[in-house]
This record gives sequence, C-alpha cells and structure tokens, in this order.
Amino acid sequence: MATITTSDRRLPALPPATGRAGLRGALASEFTKLRSVRSTYWALGALLIVSIGVGALVMGGESGSLTHNPGNKAGFDGTQVSLIPFFEIGQLIIGVLGALTITSEYSTGMIRTSLTAMPRRGVVYAAKAIVFTCVTLVFSLITSFVAFFVGQAMVASTREGASLFGNVKIPANAIFTGPGGPGSPPKVTLQGIDVITASTVLRAVVGTALFVTLVALIAFGLGAIIRHTAGAIATVIGLMFIIPVVIQALPDNWRQDIMRFFPDAAGRVISVTVPGGANPHLWSSWPQMIVTACYAVGLLAIGAYMFRKRDA
Amino acid sequence: MIEVRGLTKRYGAKTAVDDLTFGIEPGKVTGFLGPNGAGKTTTMRCILGLDYPDAGTVAVDGKSYPDLAYPMREVGALLDAKAVHGGRSARNHLLCLAQTNSLPRRRVGEVLELVGLTEVAGKRSKGFSLGMSQRLGIAATLLGDPKVLMFDEPVNGLDPEGILWIRNLMRALAAEGRTVFVSSHLMSEMEHTADHLIVIGRGKLIADCTMSEFIAGSSGAWVRVRTPSVDQLMRAINAQGATAAAGEDGSIEVRGMTTEQLGDLAFSEGIRLHELTTVRASLEEAFMELTASSVEYRADAPGGQQPSTTIGSGV
Repeated sequence: MATITTSDRRLPALPPATGRAGLRGALASEFTKLRSVRSTYWALGALLIVSIGVGALVMGGESGSLTHNPGNKAGFDGTQVSLIPFFEIGQLIIGVLGALTITSEYSTGMIRTSLTAMPRRGVVYAAKAIVFTCVTLVFSLITSFVAFFVGQAMVASTREGASLFGNVKIPANAIFTGPGGPGSPPKVTLQGIDVITASTVLRAVVGTALFVTLVALIAFGLGAIIRHTAGAIATVIGLMFIIPVVIQALPDNWRQDIMRFFPDAAGRVISVTVPGGANPHLWSSWPQMIVTACYAVGLLAIGAYMFRKRDA
Repeated sequence: MIEVRGLTKRYGAKTAVDDLTFGIEPGKVTGFLGPNGAGKTTTMRCILGLDYPDAGTVAVDGKSYPDLAYPMREVGALLDAKAVHGGRSARNHLLCLAQTNSLPRRRVGEVLELVGLTEVAGKRSKGFSLGMSQRLGIAATLLGDPKVLMFDEPVNGLDPEGILWIRNLMRALAAEGRTVFVSSHLMSEMEHTADHLIVIGRGKLIADCTMSEFIAGSSGAWVRVRTPSVDQLMRAINAQGATAAAGEDGSIEVRGMTTEQLGDLAFSEGIRLHELTTVRASLEEAFMELTASSVEYRADAPGGQQPSTTIGSGV
C-alpha cells in the first residue's frame, strides 16, 4: 500500500435501479459464496472419493467372498453394499459442508456483512438453503450413481451384481449341507430365486442420494440454530451416529418400537433392493424417508426462525 | 438521512443504548463520539437491522433499513473490516455482495481500482493486513454508490498513512454530497474530519451540535498575554471584571475577555504587549470534560489524579 490514492478518482455512475433486491440476487450471491471457498471443494471431493473409493473396496472384498463362499450369494444386496459407505460416511462429510455453509458466516463475522448488504433475512436464508440443496442433491446423485456402477463392476465376475437396465435373479436361500474341508467354506445348496427389479435398484440409488441430501439439510438447520461449527457438527454426529448406537444397546422390545422414529433409519431402508432385506421393525422405504424429511424440514424451519429473530 | 428515535437496546441486564434520539443530516461528516463501550457500535448495528432494538425506531430515508429496495444503493456500512470470510478472494467477496443488490459485475473491478487493491484482487483476504482489509471493507461500502456511508472506528489500528487515506476519503465522499457517519473514540480524529458531532456516553446522548458549537461550549477558551508590565495589566484586567492569573514563564492567563478587548485595554492603559493569543480548549479536553462521568471502564491513575482513559491516545 505505497500510494495514497483516493479523492482524485471518482467512480462511474451506476445504472438506475428498478424493482427491489430479492431472491434472484441472493441466489447468485450464495452460489458465488459456495463456489469461492476451498472448503466446498474439499467436502465435495471427499464425498466423491470416500463414497466411491470405499464402496469399490468393499465390493472388491465381496467379490472374493462370493467367489470363495457361494453361500454368500443368497440374498446378496449388491446395490446396498455398494452404497453403504456413501450413506454412512458420505452423509457426515456432506453434513460438515451443510453446517459450515451457515456457521462459517458466523465464525468469520461475514454474516454481518452479508446481512448489511441484504437485510431481508428470510430471503438470505432461503437462498442459502436452496443453493446448498441443489448443489448437494446434484453431487449426491452423481456420487450415488458412480458408487453404484463402480461397485457393481467390482463384482461383475460373480454375476451377482445389480443392474439399472434389467432384472437380476439371485439365489434366495443357502441350505447348509455339510462342513467344508480345512480352509474351504461349508457346503451349501442354493435354493429359490429373488428377483431384483431395475426399478427397485433405481429407487435405491436415487433414494439414497435423497437421504444424504436430507441429512445435509439437517446439518444446515442445526448450523443455523447452533451457529458454531464444532457444536453443529457434533450434534449431527450425535443424531446420526451416537443415538443409533445407544438405541442398539436398549432392550429389543424398546428398540424395535422407537428406532423407526430416528432420522438415520431411512438410509438403511431406502438402499435395500432384496425382497425382505430391510429390518422388519422399520417402515418401508418412502414412509421411513418421510421421518428423515420431517427432521430436515423441522430443523430448517427452527433455523429459519432463529436466523430471523436473533441479533446477528 | 438517518433518524434515530428513542433507541434502546439491552443485552441481558446491561443497557447498551438508552433512549437515544438524533438525526444525521446529508452532505456532511457527522462524527459519532464516545468512550469505549458507550454504545456506538450497538447504535450502528441497530440502524442496519443487525440487532433488534428493545424500544425505539430507526429510519433511513423514512424507511426501516430492511425495507430499502436496494440497501447497498442507500447505505454503505463498514462496521468491522475483519468481518469477511478469509478464505474468499477480495474479488469474490465483493462479487457476492454486489450480486445481492443486482449491481453490475464490472462494479467490483471499479471499486477495487479505487481503493488500490486491484493487484491482490485474486488473493484470499485472510492474508491481508489490517490496512488492506480496511480498504476491502471500504470498497464494499462503495459498491452501491450509496448516499449514506457509515464507518465504525475506521482508523483503529491503522498506520498514519492509512489514517490520512481514510480521512481524505471521508472528506471527498462528503464533498460529493454524501452523508458520512463515522464513529470514533479518538477526539483528535474528528477534529480533522467532522462537521457535526454526536457525543454519547453510557448509551445516552451527551451532545448533538456542530463542531464549533462543541468547542465554544466547552469552558476552556482563554487568552494568553505577555507583557513587561505584569502587575499593571493584571490590575487593569481585574478592574474590568475579568480574571487574570499568572501563567507559566511570566505570561498571564485571562478568562472573560477577548483578544480585541484585551488589546484595546492595553492600548488605553499604555501597556506594551509581547503576545496576545486565544487559546482554545482542544477538542480532546472538551470531550474529556463532557464524558468524564460516563467513561465505563476507567483505570484510576495512581495518586488520585484525573482518571486516565483511552480517549486522548492521539494520532
């Protein structure tokens, strides 16, 4: 800053304005914000790499297991297995981004600058939520489809992989017929046939992406309520990981009655493609998804209320 | 034009701003003065709708700030130069602000040029010095070509060059017919920039007047006179009903007479004068006097002397 430059220069005049600053400008602004910080690229990159990479590793392991031990073929849900890393780990990664989208404004103080530029807070909040939802949904869908295709490619040699383009038949049951020799698996007879339809697979792949997007919105809402990055992320982890573990430790008759009311359950239901493969104590795929959606909508609404009502 | 009416803001049990009423006139620099913790920042936050007042109203051009059609075209405000996402480049920071008010994209380059940050426009702002951050903040305030500019402690922590830059900028903005509202706890800073003063202490209004009224209103104006005939002059002054006291190094401090009256008196008495000067109380002293009772956090100086505050830490 060597020179003192100011008053001799004047800014050119602005074109006259009509109308009113509104959602359109706020959407453009929020997209600029999201694309102009590194944390967005780190989070989305990590989402893709972890979900697809770990999915491929898991499916690679399954490929060996299916070949070595044909009994495992019965009821093998190639779709769900390929998506588990996405909806178990990926949800957390995108949840961090969801929380950061709003908490980073508070931790840096940017919120005061943002709300001075655009003081209609409902518009700012809506724009932020819309932009984040769209970006998250797009990347979740990409991740889900790529993880699915890569995962199925890993088990292609076993002919047990799921398909989006046709129905796949897998053995329904494995009947134990005798112990294997040293170092070889038990002898089994495969019985019955389960048909995994392409439409079920599509529902699982798309639905899992929707589930992860909803979890990201839960994190966004918690971010708006808590306003601290660490606190918001810890709460997301508590809700999605710790509470399920605590529930698992409860007596069966309690656990079976309450587990369907928590937001994590939908991921384990929507990704199932094998008939009867889901936990019978949970609702079916879309009703269970509505539970997660209720958490997301509820937390977003509370977040919106607090975003508007509290001093910035 | 900013109108503050009966503004009250409490944080828990503490009243930060207490029934504050004032108006800011267009086309001049209005200084907003008060000791640290007097409620200046809170008042500005309430004007901008960042904090919600417990009582009272704030209007910008007759509207509440959130109702302005394009807020950045009306008001450019810089409360805290570090209130930016440090991971974002200067250009993208300004772009995301410009977009909210549908301002043309080229405007970003223009304001960067004006504040001299073009070369570092692509750099992340977390690496910026305070002076550069301040320039970035000022660039943001100018994006919308606003009629009103608000700066909270803009020279805090700046080097003399940065201070001069900001001072010139504020004067230039006011000369263009804009309203400039600038807070400071440094009286000496206002002395060079402000036309009008609003002084607050402990959240309450202490003074709302022009700069010259503020100085004249303080009790400290006096005349210093030097003469070889000290006793004779002092008697003559006392005879006029004014007070004369022996000052340092043989001068006389006179209160209650102007230099004209003193000069005429000396001439009629046939007394030679070697010096005749009006000594105005500095703004600093006037300010200290006004706010002495309203300094919130003070450190008592040893030996029971005048409490020291940060007010006078000069530039």
